[in-house]
Amino acid sequence: MDLNKLFKAMLVAIPMMAISACSSTSDSETDATSSNSSSGSELTTGGVETGGVAPVLTPQEQQRLKYQELRKEHIIYFDFDRSSVSAQFAEVLQAHGEYLIEHPNVRVMIEGHADERGTPEYNIALGERRAKAVAKYLQGMGVLPSQMSIVSYGEEKPLDMSRTDDGFAVNRRAVLVY
Amino acid sequence: MKTLGKWLLLGLVVMSMPARAALDIVITEGVDAARPIAVIPFVWQGQGPAPQQISDVVMSDLARSGTFNPLDELGLPQRNIAKVSQFVAKEWSNVAAEAVVMGSVKPMGPDQFLVNFELVDLVKAQMQSGNGPQSSSEYLIDSSEVVISAEQFRQYGHRISDIVYEKLTGIRGAFLTRIAYVVVKHGEKSPYHLMISDYDGHNEKMLLRSPEPLMSPSWSPDGSKLAYVSFENKKAEVFVQNIYTQARAKITSYDGINGAPVFSPDGKKLALTLSRDGQPEIYVVDIDTKALKRVTNHYAIDTEASWFPDGKSLIFTSERGGRPQIYKVTLASGKVQRMTFEGEWNLGGSISPDGRSMIFVNRTNGKFNIARMDLETRFMQVLTSTRLDESPSVAPNGTMVIYGTTYQGKQVLAAVSTDGRFKARLPAGQGEVKSPSWSPFL
Repeated sequence: MDLNKLFKAMLVAIPMMAISACSSTSDSETDATSSNSSSGSELTTGGVETGGVAPVLTPQEQQRLKYQELRKEHIIYFDFDRSSVSAQFAEVLQAHGEYLIEHPNVRVMIEGHADERGTPEYNIALGERRAKAVAKYLQGMGVLPSQMSIVSYGEEKPLDMSRTDDGFAVNRRAVLVY
Repeated sequence: MKTLGKWLLLGLVVMSMPARAALDIVITEGVDAARPIAVIPFVWQGQGPAPQQISDVVMSDLARSGTFNPLDELGLPQRNIAKVSQFVAKEWSNVAAEAVVMGSVKPMGPDQFLVNFELVDLVKAQMQSGNGPQSSSEYLIDSSEVVISAEQFRQYGHRISDIVYEKLTGIRGAFLTRIAYVVVKHGEKSPYHLMISDYDGHNEKMLLRSPEPLMSPSWSPDGSKLAYVSFENKKAEVFVQNIYTQARAKITSYDGINGAPVFSPDGKKLALTLSRDGQPEIYVVDIDTKALKRVTNHYAIDTEASWFPDGKSLIFTSERGGRPQIYKVTLASGKVQRMTFEGEWNLGGSISPDGRSMIFVNRTNGKFNIARMDLETRFMQVLTSTRLDESPSVAPNGTMVIYGTTYQGKQVLAAVSTDGRFKARLPAGQGEVKSPSWSPFL
């Protein structure tokens, strides 16, 4: 819930920037992170180190673990004034969908949210359309309509209150609440 | 130098106001265009210190109307007078103002005060003073005398302001009115507060506090009730609450959106938005019987209804043209007509009390501002230059719009005159302030 897609993207982007920064010039603070990781194995502290192997998993088990990991992501983000589900969230929704299909007794609440631009009343309508787009997506996968309910909070519950473009992007979202 | 003087004057106005207002005003534009007026501090005719100063209320009312600019009281030639009979026209010959407000307060018994007020036509007095002594009553525009309790001081101050404003402009004053708004204090257990106060932010009272969002307060035409949206049951529901008795009634709780309620001019119905049939549509619900009448029918978003003063038509926001624009629907025929064409978006509209213009949110070049359109000429004027403007609500006399905006990263209320000349900000003490709604005349 708190580790959203944006941050994940940043987690990938920052080390990549660090690597590229190292290869060209090396005067930023990103140096420290790269030198740390490379010198880690060469430490001679006299302490012991343990090793191990990953358990052998069937493809089904691997899939389940992957979905379990993906389901920790509860938030789908949207473009400004748009309510179509972007392809980058297909995997996350796939994980939630599979889970809901396997567990027909589980119910999920889909909250729709908007950024603070426009009027609160229009944003309620926009938030509902986003929540419905997610519900429709899941229904398309085979999730029962009776497992899903919808509420739109419009611009009333922002995650980010900076009122910057980045903040707005974080607030335009649908949230799956079990 | 002129700017300095303006700031000094502004400082005085602010200083002379008691510090109890929850929403103190900061006038940001329009002092230059305002008409100078002299308000003499009301003479206290009792023992010991005077209770609250009624003339302070009058001064701040006139200043925040945007129409008048009360002169610095220290510069007035006569300051300890309460009656036109004490008024010496000669002494006022160099004062550039159109009228003088004066009065007195005299204790009459336990918590009873006789308040006298007189409004003098200064221009007439100055013109006639050259013709030798005149009967001073010729300059008197209006006067009154009442007995009130200390608690009624602010209220009576607003009443005097109403009289002064109407006598000098021909327009009814809207100083004896209230505003309703939502305060959100993020981080508190119950962050959402539905508040009402006098129009100037004084006498702030909480009507409802909730852990879940409260939205869209809107006044009944008699000023006794508010319709609003509450998510207290984890879904949107429309309630009507009596502001005196605190009695609440749930009006709609359908699946999906129950939103944007507005009272009909006769107070018997609400126009609102329901998405029970799939997409947001405008409905009219009878408050007593809860009977529904569907007004719009379109697969696009329809929301934010607002009544024409005659109660026969509504305006509403619709995306049927691809982007949010304002449309009019005639209730009897169901005929829909597009109202706005300028700018990228137009939404959140309401009709002025005289039925001649429309106030709404306009988006141009990605910026959201409050705009006004003359319904006859279709001329549109953007009134504000603040950021992320929303929720405009027109004063019952049609002269001023209160709206929600963003200032220094926080949601605050602001006001703009319907001619766009006067602009003011009402900074909030704590939390985010939004969704203002101006009451009818009380």
